[in-house]
Amino acid sequence: MPEHILEQLKRAFIIAKKDLRIYYKRGPVVIFGLVMPFFLFLAFFIGRNLPTERLFTGLLGMTIFFSSMSIGPAIVPFEARSRTLERLLSTPVSIWALLIGDVIASFFYGFLISVVPLIIGLALGINIVNPLILCLGMVLATFCFASFSVLLSAYPPTDIPSTAMMVSNLVKFPLVFISGVFIPIWEMQDWGRIIASFSPLTYFTDLVNYCTQGISYYSVFVDFIALLGFTMLFLVVSIKIHEKTLPDRLV
Amino acid sequence: MTNMENAIEIEDLAKNYGEVNAVNHINLKVRKTEIFGFLGPNGAGKTTTIRILTGLIKPDGGTATIMGFNILTQSLRVKQIISVVPETANAYIDLTAWQNLMLIGELYGVPNKERRQRTEYLLKELELHERRNQRVRGFSKGMKQKIVLCMALLTEPQVLFLDEPTAGLDVESARLIRDIIRQYNRDGTTVFLSTHNMEEANQLCDRIAIINHGKIAAIDNPENLRMKSSSLKSVEVNFNKPVLIDELREFSHVMKAKKIGDKIRLYTNEPHSIIKNILDYANTKGLVIISLNTLAPTLEDVFVKLIKEQTGD
Repeated sequence: MPEHILEQLKRAFIIAKKDLRIYYKRGPVVIFGLVMPFFLFLAFFIGRNLPTERLFTGLLGMTIFFSSMSIGPAIVPFEARSRTLERLLSTPVSIWALLIGDVIASFFYGFLISVVPLIIGLALGINIVNPLILCLGMVLATFCFASFSVLLSAYPPTDIPSTAMMVSNLVKFPLVFISGVFIPIWEMQDWGRIIASFSPLTYFTDLVNYCTQGISYYSVFVDFIALLGFTMLFLVVSIKIHEKTLPDRLV
Repeated sequence: MTNMENAIEIEDLAKNYGEVNAVNHINLKVRKTEIFGFLGPNGAGKTTTIRILTGLIKPDGGTATIMGFNILTQSLRVKQIISVVPETANAYIDLTAWQNLMLIGELYGVPNKERRQRTEYLLKELELHERRNQRVRGFSKGMKQKIVLCMALLTEPQVLFLDEPTAGLDVESARLIRDIIRQYNRDGTTVFLSTHNMEEANQLCDRIAIINHGKIAAIDNPENLRMKSSSLKSVEVNFNKPVLIDELREFSHVMKAKKIGDKIRLYTNEPHSIIKNILDYANTKGLVIISLNTLAPTLEDVFVKLIKEQTGD
């Protein structure tokens, strides 16, 4: 890998460290990333007498999805509002490295939080058939959703964090309902499965089903390729849009 | 072709916002190790020019080099050797002073030991060392601006861009910041200073460019700019009794007469003949001259004149 790319990646980690230090306990991040999905989970699963494996799939899928997407949409608007975005853009850090830094911060936050439902699942006696696939799936899915979250902050180029969070919720909540979190994909109608295939969360819940119940709709290979494909797509589109819109955020 | 004696070379630089020409095909050169003042009224194009030069926004036309690096094609190399102090302090308010400086040092790849040494030195120099572990959120405006200056100087930039660095600061903080700018300039840093504080520009700058409506109205050193505006020379006189200003206005070579307090100021390009007229007038009228001074135009006079000429007022 060329030296300048390595240097930029190093700087991306410095950005991530800064993001985690500043943004993880901000109001919108905690409310939209943790509190709301927790109550959504309670609302759908309490009193439905579902098997523990189904509960675990839902809890893990929702936790990773919401927590890894909680910081991402807020960072750029927060930075624009406090004018620190101007500071960052004047440093020798590429826009792609800046955004990868935000993705890494979202990834670490999401991954750390997702350990909690994993521990709960293990405490409830969930049998994980293939721990390695589950771990790899969690890593890839968290990175994929983190990339998605940074894409969601690209447009509109607002400097109001709550506006960015609203826009991201407008996308996030419908995705949860079509991604096999509440109904396994194989129980969906044909049209439901077609819609579900456009959501990256579908492939992660499918992987979790495979790891806990031994059954899945897609093959593990397809799940991994789909998550990888979505990640690349989100990163590329995100960088392209941010490159165009970031100067508009400098007032 | 890039001249190695110049730190900044701007060629035909242009930026439009809709139908407004924020920067209108400007050309200028800033020599290495000089303090270059960029003067203009609000909305003249100063900040836009600085934002283009520092890689924050792309120009619609033209180009520029900084220390020989092209701002469009070698943007990261340019950013590595420059630093910016914007008008509004933009340190992270949720980080401490120390953490802000460490962050910038890391982003510029300053080695750990050097980073810490320079941070210690700068915080002491700018009288912030005792507050180093406090969050910037609780700092006054002056302290925030000093932290931003520390962040800019930590990387030991070859070219330092300052956009109204002392605007709204108390006299003491402003003086400290000016002293630090002079000190770093003596050590070899080229300074590009945008300001509308004439006195600051006069005290600090080797050369000044005056910009208005995105166009350069004049470039020269402060003294030459003053001398060029000979029509702004004046003679100021104070008599022991009130006089009619219209009588003084009748003197030959008087372009304008103005009452300033208990004195009368006569603008002219021939001060010596005016002095003779004043002495004759005092003798004829039996007046005693309390004070008589010839005044060179101030930089502010020159600035106002050039801006008026450009706007056609």
